[in-house]
This record gives sequence, structure tokens and C-alpha cells, in this order.
Amino acid sequence: MKIVAICGAGIGTSEILRVNAVRALERLGIDAEVTATDAASVGASAADAQVILTSSELVSAIGRTNADVVVIENYFDLDEITAKLELAVG
Amino acid sequence: MTSTPPSLEQLPDPAIVLRATAADWRSAIRVAAGAFEASGLADESYGDRMIALVEEYGPYIVIAPGLAMAHARPGPDVHRAGMVLVTLAEPVAFGHAHNDPVSVVLGLAATEADQHVAAVAALANVFNDETLVPALAAATSKDEVRSLLGATSAE
Repeated sequence: MKIVAICGAGIGTSEILRVNAVRALERLGIDAEVTATDAASVGASAADAQVILTSSELVSAIGRTNADVVVIENYFDLDEITAKLELAVG
Repeated sequence: MTSTPPSLEQLPDPAIVLRATAADWRSAIRVAAGAFEASGLADESYGDRMIALVEEYGPYIVIAPGLAMAHARPGPDVHRAGMVLVTLAEPVAFGHAHNDPVSVVLGLAATEADQHVAAVAALANVFNDETLVPALAAATSKDEVRSLLGATSAE
């Protein structure tokens, strides 16, 4: 399974989301590759992803995708990230 | 990775601004830009680029209640990778649906795209404690800020 975390610049918030998504997946016992990238290059890097993690503001920047787009409100809330990932991949 | 940004609990004095007055989100980011400049990390134009990122993509940089992570892509106006921390005397709205108003602005700068990885992973460790943002917002000294960041990251 491949999961991509998206942010605007690709240097900050997507990495926080990536780190906490890895922790959430460990809790769930799910083995997945999680990468971080910016909205401009999401087309290429998320082409084969099952799940895209991002903020509600960035959903429109992602464009058309076959992946489940999961919107995270609090990037530091492991419970929220875990629950939403469980729904998306469980 | 050519250099490692300073860790959070080692933030130097010029990188910390306490109880700043900001009328709106742009001026809050300008305060962070001033701290980048005072620390020798980036030129003032980095502030314009941090603001432009929000104008382009919206207030997604407000990644947790009360916390905005101001940043922009690496560029010639960034001299060294690093972070600054600004607390606001009065919280300001960034227009985020869930995490407004913002009382703490954490600024990040990088000279290479992949430079932040280690430092940002450390941030995730520290800020996963939901009591940290309100505690930082209430801090009255720079030592208190460093102590809060250090104490939390040591858990």
C-alpha cells in the first residue's frame, strides 16, 4: 500500500503528516509506504497511491485522482489520523 | 543534507519573539520573517514568499489548533536552515475552518528541499503534546519557551 502526504511547499507540513501517519499505521498494524510531497507534483507521486492525506484547503489542488483523499484537521492528533486511516484502508 | 537546523530547545534569542502584536495573519507572518532576518537565517523577502504560499493554497499551514507553521520553498533568500517561534499577544484568524485562531507561529526555512526531514520529525514529537501550544502562547520568557520545547521533546 502506498500513502502520500501533500502540502503546498513539500518541506514542512507534509513531513509532519507523514511522520504521524507512520505512527498511526503502526498502531493499526498496517504495513504501508508513506511519502511526503507538494501539491504541484502530486500528479506524478500519487499516481499509484491508495490514499492521499492532506488539509481541506489543498483538496482542490490535488485534482482528479483514484486515491482516497483523507482530510486531516489536526496534524498532531494521532487519534484523528488513526481513525481516518482506519476508515480509508481498513 | 549539508547542515542540521538547530534543535528546538536551542533556539537563539533572535529566533524567538514573545507576545507580538499582529493585526492579521499577514502581519503575524511578517513578525516571523523579522525573526528570520534578525537570526541571519533569511532575507525579508522570505516573508513575502511565506505569505504567497498561503495566498496560493489557503490557510492549510494552520496544522493544529492555535498553531501556524509558516514556511516557503527553499530559495536564494534563505541563508541557513532553521526555525523561529513567534507568540502573539492577541490570537489572529488565518481563515482555517477548524484550527483558528492562531496564537503561535512556527517559522521554518530550508536551503534544500529534503533538509527538514529530521528537524520536522522532531517537531512532530514535541507538538503531539496538545498542551504545548497553549503553554507556549502563555510563556513570558524565552528561557521558558526553550524549556517547554526541550522538556516536551525529552519525553
